Amino acid sequence: MELYQMTIHELHEKLLNKEVSAKDVTESVFSRIEGVEDGVKSYLTITKEVALEQARQVDEKIAAGEKVGPLAGIPTAIKDVMCTQGIRTTCGSKILDNFIPVYTSTAVQNLFDEGIVMTGKTNMDEFAMGSSTENSGFFPTRNPWDLERVPGGSSGGSAAAVAADEAIFSLGSDTGGSIRQPASLCGIVGMKPTYGLVSRYGLVAFASSLDQIGPFTKDVTDCAIVLNHLVGHDPMDSTSVKIDRPDYTKSLVDDLKGIRIGIPKELMAEGIDPEVKKVVENALEIFSKNGALVAETSLPNLEYGLSAYYIIAPAEASSNLARFDGVRYGYRVPDPDDLMDMYMRTRAEGFGDEVKRRIMLGTYALSAGYYEAYYGKAQKVRTLIVRDFNKAFEEFDVLVSPTSPTVAFKIGEKIANPLQMYLSDICTIPVNLAGLPGISVPCGTVNGLPVGLQIIGRALGEEAILKVAYSFEQNFGWNEKPKLEIRY
Amino acid sequence: MAISEKEVKHVAWLARLDLTDAETQKFTQQLDVILEHAGKISELDVKDIPPTSHAIPLKNVLREDKVGECLTPEAALSNAPKGEDQAFMVPRIV
Repeated sequence: MELYQMTIHELHEKLLNKEVSAKDVTESVFSRIEGVEDGVKSYLTITKEVALEQARQVDEKIAAGEKVGPLAGIPTAIKDVMCTQGIRTTCGSKILDNFIPVYTSTAVQNLFDEGIVMTGKTNMDEFAMGSSTENSGFFPTRNPWDLERVPGGSSGGSAAAVAADEAIFSLGSDTGGSIRQPASLCGIVGMKPTYGLVSRYGLVAFASSLDQIGPFTKDVTDCAIVLNHLVGHDPMDSTSVKIDRPDYTKSLVDDLKGIRIGIPKELMAEGIDPEVKKVVENALEIFSKNGALVAETSLPNLEYGLSAYYIIAPAEASSNLARFDGVRYGYRVPDPDDLMDMYMRTRAEGFGDEVKRRIMLGTYALSAGYYEAYYGKAQKVRTLIVRDFNKAFEEFDVLVSPTSPTVAFKIGEKIANPLQMYLSDICTIPVNLAGLPGISVPCGTVNGLPVGLQIIGRALGEEAILKVAYSFEQNFGWNEKPKLEIRY
Repeated sequence: MAISEKEVKHVAWLARLDLTDAETQKFTQQLDVILEHAGKISELDVKDIPPTSHAIPLKNVLREDKVGECLTPEAALSNAPKGEDQAFMVPRIV
């Protein structure tokens, strides 16, 4: 087994035993990147020099007998939506092509403090708006399981990088499913924590009341390890929650006895591909066989989730993206006639179609005469969805559904039909609207393409979903990997 | 139609997006389909339901009124398309 194929916990042990150095691990991952990146195209920026320097520092510490944490020396990819001081951060947008942040986001800084080795910044749908990474202002990323297919989105680069072993783990952000859906399509583990659990300081804002940072990992154990170092109160983010952070690795216990698992029938209804549904139903048997109590339940307002989301998220985005005006940072059109011309053409040339659509949708939903019918009403629908979840959690410990209604689709298949693309997130969106934690774990394949199982928990219920996810992983025993051709 | 070309033009103006006629046409069709779907929420009676603007209920979060770390003018201007004398430069407005 090559080093790049290993998990965080496997590599950490080898590093502590001095079987390998951080430099060995880093070089192994970069040799993998050289071999497959041409085909997958996970990265917008590769930061090999930074990585080798970080690896050197970890090796020095280990040689000096200093204690290092579980993430020290672990090659990590960062979605290009998180600011990294001195390192280009584009958000997948031409408008930020040359943007060099002057500070580092809290989430990334926390990992730097733990000694991660940053391999690079990963590709994404522009400003995290999309479900396929085709909306990147630079190039699409390809699914390591089938290079003709999308990796999902918006964190498609981060998901593909881990699935293709081009990073040991990665960070993404999830506003309506942007971690869980690509994790599902790429056959890896992806978690969106409870809203407010991970600081959003330095995360370029899309929809501020929904955005949350989380990890992509090769297994549930790694997910818990990373979460331990992402979670924490940050005075720089006013929505950051204050809690005593538990040790999430303590939840890695294989025990499903008596756990009450609800299956919202609205998330197994039409719109879910029958083959995906079959794989998920088979997976559910693992739960009942191991002592969990599995029952169908109903959250009737979930069917309005997508509609409410496509009013609320664009409304927040239209306001957040007003800052891209060609004045303080980013692209400015050359030789504008006047200020208005500068704004109009800078934004027209700098933003791609999906971003323009969402800005216009949001502007419309917030404009006089439409505010009550759209934005005001959508926020009330959000309340109904929150109440549905609260009621379900009176009866169940976790809720389970497919993560994505389909397996990875072909590049180009949905790009001309925005609404079709939006439907990719039908199972994940309600979770963001309610601010809850959700994890996607692989649960089988359809025609050789991975299917993900979504496990949803109560607010701050990360421990419960990690335990269920870990138990599932142990009993399901799935370890398929994409077969990628080495191209160099 | 949920939205007309005229409305799309107006919204694009409000959002400071220069659109060609072909773009206006294309976006009108696409936004119309999306808004029609979003309009599904009008089926619901939400008269007595309070709005949720935030999943986690938080009151105003305040901190002590003390100067903390902040960016130097050079750092703040380092990404500006045009900057001079500690100021962002824009086309003449008066």
